[in-house]
Amino acid sequence: MKFLRSPRATPYLLLLPAIVVILAVVLVPLLVSFWTSFTGYTLTKPATLFQFVGLRNYQRLLGNADFWWAFARTIMFITIALNLELVLGLGLALLINKITWGQRTLRTIMMFPMMFSPILVGFQFKYLFNDAVGLVNNALFDLGLIHEPIAWLVEAGLANFSIIFAEMWMSTSVFAILLLAGLMALPKEPIEAARVDGCNAWQVFRHITLPFLMPFIYIALTIRSLDVARAYDMVKIMTNGGPAQRTELLWTLMTRVGYQNSQMGMANAMGYISIIVSIAFTVFYYRKLTSARAFMGGAQ
Amino acid sequence: MSASLTMEKPWQRWLIRFGVFVAMVILVVPGAWVVLTAFRPNIEILARPAVWIPHQLTLRNFQGIFGLLTTQPGLPVVQYFINSLVISVTSTVVALAIGMMGGYAFARYRFRGKGALFLGFMLSRTVPGVALSLPLFIVWARIGLIDTELGLIIVYLAINVPFTIWLTDGFFRQIPVDLSEAAQIDGCTRWQAFWRVEFPLARAGLASAAIFAFLTSWNEFALASQLSRTTASKTLPVGLLDFTAQFNVDWAGMSALAVLIIIPALVLTFVVQKQLIAGLTFGGVKG
Repeated sequence: MKFLRSPRATPYLLLLPAIVVILAVVLVPLLVSFWTSFTGYTLTKPATLFQFVGLRNYQRLLGNADFWWAFARTIMFITIALNLELVLGLGLALLINKITWGQRTLRTIMMFPMMFSPILVGFQFKYLFNDAVGLVNNALFDLGLIHEPIAWLVEAGLANFSIIFAEMWMSTSVFAILLLAGLMALPKEPIEAARVDGCNAWQVFRHITLPFLMPFIYIALTIRSLDVARAYDMVKIMTNGGPAQRTELLWTLMTRVGYQNSQMGMANAMGYISIIVSIAFTVFYYRKLTSARAFMGGAQ
Repeated sequence: MSASLTMEKPWQRWLIRFGVFVAMVILVVPGAWVVLTAFRPNIEILARPAVWIPHQLTLRNFQGIFGLLTTQPGLPVVQYFINSLVISVTSTVVALAIGMMGGYAFARYRFRGKGALFLGFMLSRTVPGVALSLPLFIVWARIGLIDTELGLIIVYLAINVPFTIWLTDGFFRQIPVDLSEAAQIDGCTRWQAFWRVEFPLARAGLASAAIFAFLTSWNEFALASQLSRTTASKTLPVGLLDFTAQFNVDWAGMSALAVLIIIPALVLTFVVQKQLIAGLTFGGVKG
């Protein structure tokens, strides 16, 4: 009680509500799901919440082909999407940096996709890639490039392409905006000095611009790896993992097993694996970020 | 900037402009097409061959989703809209209050476990919403928070608080401590000094933190879709998915609903675009 009135307690008291909220909504549910991942919990039979089954859920998952497909697809999806977004975002930032007039307007336009919630992006591309009324097929028809509608969201390769395209539409801007800010902060002197010494444009980019941008690149990757799971919303409305699980990601498989098949224990085991995947990506990029910062600090 | 431009040949300059133009078209056309669809009659949307230039624009799709037309039963869009608004506004206001307290503590005090606590808050953000929805569904069902506005408000609090702490911590750090100390020497208590000196200075930053929080709640889907069941708590994004579940997909009606969801986001993002960029970048520059 004495501690509570002392000035040392102030920061803790200020943080108390925030801690309570995180405990109640994140930590306690995570403990619950940790427990349920070791039980045969089925939504329809509440008593099964206390039926301890050890590692059975995890063992079954590891021996399940559907799970491994979804797992591999999720890793591929994150890796491909983040890298392509980075490359395209960097390209876009470099282009816009070269334009002197109307840069501000261009930046505002770039923010356009960031206003869309993932569910809207998903709907938008479900519509655009629709085989009967979609903009893409209509355009290809009228240009005489195709005579039969292309089933963008049905054929396995095309469906996965469409999803990655939608993801990139949604998030390339994040990279472009961040890297553009980095380019604007780029000191001019080293570049001019390099030019005087006879470096060509590629050499300047490779040895000056890129190293300077590295912290910005990794902060962008860290931020993106935090919310990459929002792609669930998008996939849910576009294909819902289908048809026939061709676009199934961990996130869609998890909800199917948990809510539709009521196998909550199994679903939570998958949930834990997906959390580990997310944290792994975030930690990986965050480490790269700190080392890039240290490198920049040492160079300056 | 101009120095580097002089080094380009005219054809290079045009190539750059062309590249930027193509990129902007790709970024704008999909969204613009949905907005246009919202104002077009269904006949034109389904027409074959495709009608590119609209012959007529109509508000019927909006009347349709609000149930103002006798020909089709409307969705409870008004109720979804009210739910979205109540949930987003309430969780934003409370998250801002809680987050501001936390941000102030991190910016102004030294205490044991500070680094670990901060890391803990940030780590809580790495949990994907969809993975969190499973255990939350179980817990909320047990304590009767399933399908209530309060249930979603509490969840969005937890999503928004860490980010608000991160932002406000940054804003309060930028305000010199001397100002508050001077006010305290002049006879203010720390509490008064906060409200009279630091709060007004941080107000612009707090406003943008509020808009971030609002947009996050307004756009959230993964958790809302599992924790709401009926019109009692369903939000607009969940309503949009219900629409696709119907047998005949009503593209025009869905587009109208999409426009309804995007308008507040569009306005608010436009208002805070400067802070949004600053918020995104300051982690990169400072750390």
